[in-house]
Amino acid sequence: MSQSYNRGLIEDFGRWREFSAGMWAWIFHKFTGWVLVGYLFTHIAVLSTALTGAAAYTETIQTLESLLVVRLLEVGLLAVAVFHILNGLRLLLVDLGVGLHAQDKSFYASLALTGAIVVASVPTFVAGVF
Amino acid sequence: MSTQVPEQVEEESSADAEQQSAAQQSRMEKKRQNAAARESQEQAEAEEKASSEEDTYLLKVFRYDPEVAGKQEPRFDDFHVPYHKGMTVLDALMYARDHYDSSLTFRHSCRQAICGSDAMFVNGRQRLSCKTQLSDLEEPVRVEPLPHQEVVKDLVVDMEHFYDQMEAVEPYFQTNDLPEGEQLQSRENREKIKMSTRCIWCGACMSSCNIAAGDNQYLGPAAINKAYRFTMDEREGEEMKQHRLEILEQEHGVWRCQTQFSCTEVCPKDIPLTEHIQELKREAVKNNLKFW
Repeated sequence: MSQSYNRGLIEDFGRWREFSAGMWAWIFHKFTGWVLVGYLFTHIAVLSTALTGAAAYTETIQTLESLLVVRLLEVGLLAVAVFHILNGLRLLLVDLGVGLHAQDKSFYASLALTGAIVVASVPTFVAGVF
Repeated sequence: MSTQVPEQVEEESSADAEQQSAAQQSRMEKKRQNAAARESQEQAEAEEKASSEEDTYLLKVFRYDPEVAGKQEPRFDDFHVPYHKGMTVLDALMYARDHYDSSLTFRHSCRQAICGSDAMFVNGRQRLSCKTQLSDLEEPVRVEPLPHQEVVKDLVVDMEHFYDQMEAVEPYFQTNDLPEGEQLQSRENREKIKMSTRCIWCGACMSSCNIAAGDNQYLGPAAINKAYRFTMDEREGEEMKQHRLEILEQEHGVWRCQTQFSCTEVCPKDIPLTEHIQELKREAVKNNLKFW
């Protein structure tokens, strides 16, 4: 028994093609959660450098908003936040034991809704930078 | 030597042609008929063989044996198994073992999805091989031992840890009071625990659970479901329910579940495992939240 063969973690993320809805929802929720935590600290760090006065604050924001990369990152942030919120609602329902038979459908719904909201927001976010 | 016998007969008959011509002719006729029959039979056999070759399933089976020098490095063996209608993965494995390689090792017993011995990883999913139809699967059928359990040999995994977790939740009916006569259960209560009683201890859910894979102390879906079956059983009484919840409320109890639904997807008995775990989480919260 001591020399039995352990296949380690190979069968986990190496098999991502076989993952089902619930598993994907879990992965996306973890990922978006960490991205949001990272964003929160960046947000505080960047804005705290611009607190010397009104002019400094305006200049920092204007400089950031003139960069295409920042605009694109904002779209990404929205996508991440919206998915995290919608899937969070889904998890709330799961915790309450409501509609567990439709948990995969609610995951697809939150994905689709996230996509729609993000696409609809692109003109607003990218306006004026080109 | 037997092949020379008809030649001799023929020589004799040609030497004595006039006398035996009638007999000879009838014999030749018979011979031709035999040959034709044989030919058509051979043709039929060949056709049958060809059709059966079309109707074989290719199984790629995980092989490993620490005690045999040539098998210490895990590999996949190919088995071409003739298909018949209704054939399951277990049938195919048994055919392969009986006809091709008697050293092919796997657990099985009842063949009707009740003993729970033959949970395997078939085409990327934990399934009971005796209730998995080959016709539902894509070829080649890839048969592996259950993931997240140590492989002992070929398709046999070490179930010890799984059984430890199952026993940790005290998987038996118990009451503190001495019962007065028969302990009858209400129909409603029976209906509530009905699905959870279906567990056959096959270990498919535990193997599919990502959290159980990373946390050896986590009870796992099967054990929690077992606990659900008794926690929700009204006949055990409040005191015993409290005792059971204390086991489940621990750090590596119900709280480790992160609702990936993997266990619910793979359960061969269709037990709503995640639903049961979530319900026990709510019970645990209710048990600890006191408003006063």
